[in-house]
Amino acid sequence: MKLIWRLFPHPFLTLLLTLTWLLMVNRWSLNSLVFGFLLGVVIPFVTQPYWPNRPNLRRPLKIAEYILVVLMDIIQANIIVARIVLFKPNADRRPNWITIPLELKTPEAITALAGTITMTPGTLSADVSDEGHALLVHCLDAPNPDAVRDEIKQRYERRLMEIFE
Amino acid sequence: METILEFLVAAFLVTAGIFGIVGSYGLIKLNDQMSRLHAPTKATTLGVGGVLLASMLHAAAFEKYFSYHELMITLFLFLTAPITANFIAKVHIHREETRDTMPEAGGDDHWATHDTPEDEERRHAAQTPPEED
Repeated sequence: MKLIWRLFPHPFLTLLLTLTWLLMVNRWSLNSLVFGFLLGVVIPFVTQPYWPNRPNLRRPLKIAEYILVVLMDIIQANIIVARIVLFKPNADRRPNWITIPLELKTPEAITALAGTITMTPGTLSADVSDEGHALLVHCLDAPNPDAVRDEIKQRYERRLMEIFE
Repeated sequence: METILEFLVAAFLVTAGIFGIVGSYGLIKLNDQMSRLHAPTKATTLGVGGVLLASMLHAAAFEKYFSYHELMITLFLFLTAPITANFIAKVHIHREETRDTMPEAGGDDHWATHDTPEDEERRHAAQTPPEED
């Protein structure tokens, strides 16, 4: 058992790399599966010193739900932002900084949240506080900053909490 | 059937083009630095996404094979776009803002971009209890 952990320090990464290789090759064959798996074993093994901790995924299946929610939001919010850019005069727009107090603790989860915030249009994560308890977000148009903060906490942070912590 | 699929591919391409143009137009139109940063990150999501969907659909419908590596482009974009945006935002905070012009950092003292080596030493000293002689 110990030997298996030694050989596969990051089973998720191995799986992900194999899948990535298969998708890159773009055509199914046993050859590419074997080679992808080989890469999936060698790369985590060689880069092991840089990844001392294994991210703790409590409910991996929830990731699929999370991705779907984010994709839907991206499409919806893209239209909203396009409307703002095209039709709203700059004088009426209220750009705003908002501070999001974080309940997430692990760096992986905070990174995922920051990335999500940037990819969903209208909001952009800019910085994290010095001790990692808050996230600084810039809003393109936020007449009501508190509502944006609550929505991010409700929609994304709660789901990430379920996945990571 | 073929015509419908062709229309669908064209529709995806046109939507992608529109969002690309809106993203670029936003760069000119928006009037402060941080807002300007919003426009290009948006063009990457739906603008590129639409082209990739059209490409996958075209391969499946007209070239008789399934193409997946468009998914990889999406994945790599989603990994890299937030990081470039974050770096540009950090440059803005460095050059244009000071600790006093920034909003409160939640319960903490300041934002990480304004952190100095002295701050780090202070934090370190606060965490490790003073040694007894």
